[in-house]
Amino acid sequence: MKLTPKTATLLVLAALIALTPLFFPSGYYYRVGALIFVNGLSVLGIVILTGYAGQVSLGHAGFAGIGAYACALAPVHLGLHPALAIVLGAVISAIMAWLVGRPILRLKGYYLGVASLGFGILVSMVLSNERWLTKGPDGIEVPDLGLRDLLKDMGLKLANGEFWYFFSGICLLIGAWLVLNLYNSPTGRALRALHGSEIAARTVGVDVAKLKLQAFVISAVYASVAGSLLALMNKFVTPDVAGFMHSIEMVTMAVLGGAGSVLGAIFGAGILTLLPQVLTVFAEYEQLMLGAVMMLVMIFMRDGLLPSVLRKIRGRGE
Amino acid sequence: MKTLTTTALGTLMALGLATAAMADIKIGATVSATGPASFLGDPEAKTLEMLVEELNAAGGINGEKVELVLYDDGGDPNKARTFATRLVEDDEVVAIIGGSTTGTTMSIISVAEDAEVPFISLAGAVEIIEPVKPFTFKTPHTDRMACEKIFEDMQKRGFTKVGMISGTDGFGASMQAQCKSVVGNYGIEIVADETYDPKDADMTAQLTNIKGADGIQAVLNPGFGQGPSIVTRNYKQLAIDLPLYQSHGVASDGFIELAGADAAEGVRLPGTALLIADILPEDDAQKPVVTAYKAAFEAKTGTPVGTFGGYAHDAFLILKDAITRAGSAEPAAIRDAIEATSGLVGTTGVYTMSPENHLGLDLSAFRMLEIKGGKWTIVE
Repeated sequence: MKLTPKTATLLVLAALIALTPLFFPSGYYYRVGALIFVNGLSVLGIVILTGYAGQVSLGHAGFAGIGAYACALAPVHLGLHPALAIVLGAVISAIMAWLVGRPILRLKGYYLGVASLGFGILVSMVLSNERWLTKGPDGIEVPDLGLRDLLKDMGLKLANGEFWYFFSGICLLIGAWLVLNLYNSPTGRALRALHGSEIAARTVGVDVAKLKLQAFVISAVYASVAGSLLALMNKFVTPDVAGFMHSIEMVTMAVLGGAGSVLGAIFGAGILTLLPQVLTVFAEYEQLMLGAVMMLVMIFMRDGLLPSVLRKIRGRGE
Repeated sequence: MKTLTTTALGTLMALGLATAAMADIKIGATVSATGPASFLGDPEAKTLEMLVEELNAAGGINGEKVELVLYDDGGDPNKARTFATRLVEDDEVVAIIGGSTTGTTMSIISVAEDAEVPFISLAGAVEIIEPVKPFTFKTPHTDRMACEKIFEDMQKRGFTKVGMISGTDGFGASMQAQCKSVVGNYGIEIVADETYDPKDADMTAQLTNIKGADGIQAVLNPGFGQGPSIVTRNYKQLAIDLPLYQSHGVASDGFIELAGADAAEGVRLPGTALLIADILPEDDAQKPVVTAYKAAFEAKTGTPVGTFGGYAHDAFLILKDAITRAGSAEPAAIRDAIEATSGLVGTTGVYTMSPENHLGLDLSAFRMLEIKGGKWTIVE
């Protein structure tokens, strides 16, 4: 049986998620792993938007903020189960993305970057200033997802860190599977055509504005779900989740690892989540090293870390 | 794909090696030494490093050396939680100091409570210790206490109608809410309530509104960072002839410098003994502690001592005291000993904890200060 790239990617990912815990010396590594998966999930959205459709968003943290605060607020005010709150957040994010994207994506050029930047800042301002609802910049507590207790009743006892590691790992796998399916679908092909040349795509009958809007909405849902998971995992969320720095972080993770490749983007999320933990040894030089790593990757590996390395290995094999 | 796995494993191993050092008593800390809250975390980190060094030079606690595992969360609650998990799970510390901001503190609490490791926060909000959580303590007085101290002083001066201008950052917004909730107890009415963004460069519009409020007798400005300095300068420029109160958030010499001694003249605020170490009366219980800390910190870092570093000083003092009394470095024993802290003199005040009170300070910890001729003076 010949492995398709899609199955291979999913298998590698599943194996990594399942096997790395064997090497974990303490519960802290589950936490780092879970963070990588959650970041990876939001970066998958960037793969669709930037890697496939060639659009740049500088406000995706805004959607993460909507997802996160949906999980904080809906269970308290609407009596919704946290799992349904994730869905609610995703729906709101999709609607917001549609409203923001529809007029903007009819235009050519970098308007989406600016519009999404404004949107992200707007969300984080609302979250900070509407104290009566969001409790303001000091943050708000998030109810428990309840799934861990459910598993416990079924006889499967997991520590909090372990639960979130596997739960977010599974979410990431599902997310990756959907992205890979999209890649091979007619929509995915059209998206890639659009990335290659907008004019050429238009000439062969691709509805460019509609496709870009689709990609933007889907990626917003990814960011929203990732934001929800982060909030539920931390059981606490502050408006920082919607902050500008978080938006930049998402784009950087995707570009660093390789925005056009699912594994690459997740790898980028992994690197940028791990580096600050590894670099604590260097204390004051942490930021400096982080900047240097990113600059070097961008100069010498323009397609992103993973695709460049893989190409090098393949090149040597031939 | 092999490379990916090797790289991932390599990184994980590097993580493991980095934390392999051993010590007798391991104390963990995560503070915001960089980022937007670095003015809190930087002196806190330096204070903790200095105190551990001093302690080990003097032989440690009960003959055992102390190792400090210090992380910088950059003010990001998500990172703070990760570092707290790392401290508890990987470094296996016996207690955690930290959480420079309310946001980082709140995300550390559940980690410490789950792992049953005592946690002493360095942040202000009253939610941290109310309701009381078994393993969570804190050293700074709450913003509600600052409001009470200010209103007490206003009441003494016979003011009944005051205006407020607050920052919309975490500190300002929280204190604004707390002040409004206790103001009624002092027979004082808030007749003007304005806000500003901490990044604003001019607050004349809000101050003009306040100036025009009917019957207003004094103005209170809850806020931190540069905002209060700008308010103070604008206040002077508009020639508003009412007493101005600032919060404990700007209780540092930096505030007088930024606002200008001229504009800051007559400004009152609740501060700690640390700020006025030089002019404290000789018989003051806190005099020896604040003088010693001030001298050591300034000699070591070359920067003036501030209230925030003092919070970290007190947290470490409480912990040291608790471990000494417990005679053990087991987290549960330390927790019980912290709760039994009694009459411990710190830089912020005198701490007496109880199962119902995990802060242990009262209003006497605050001194009402007034700026005169660019210097702090005690109002009594």
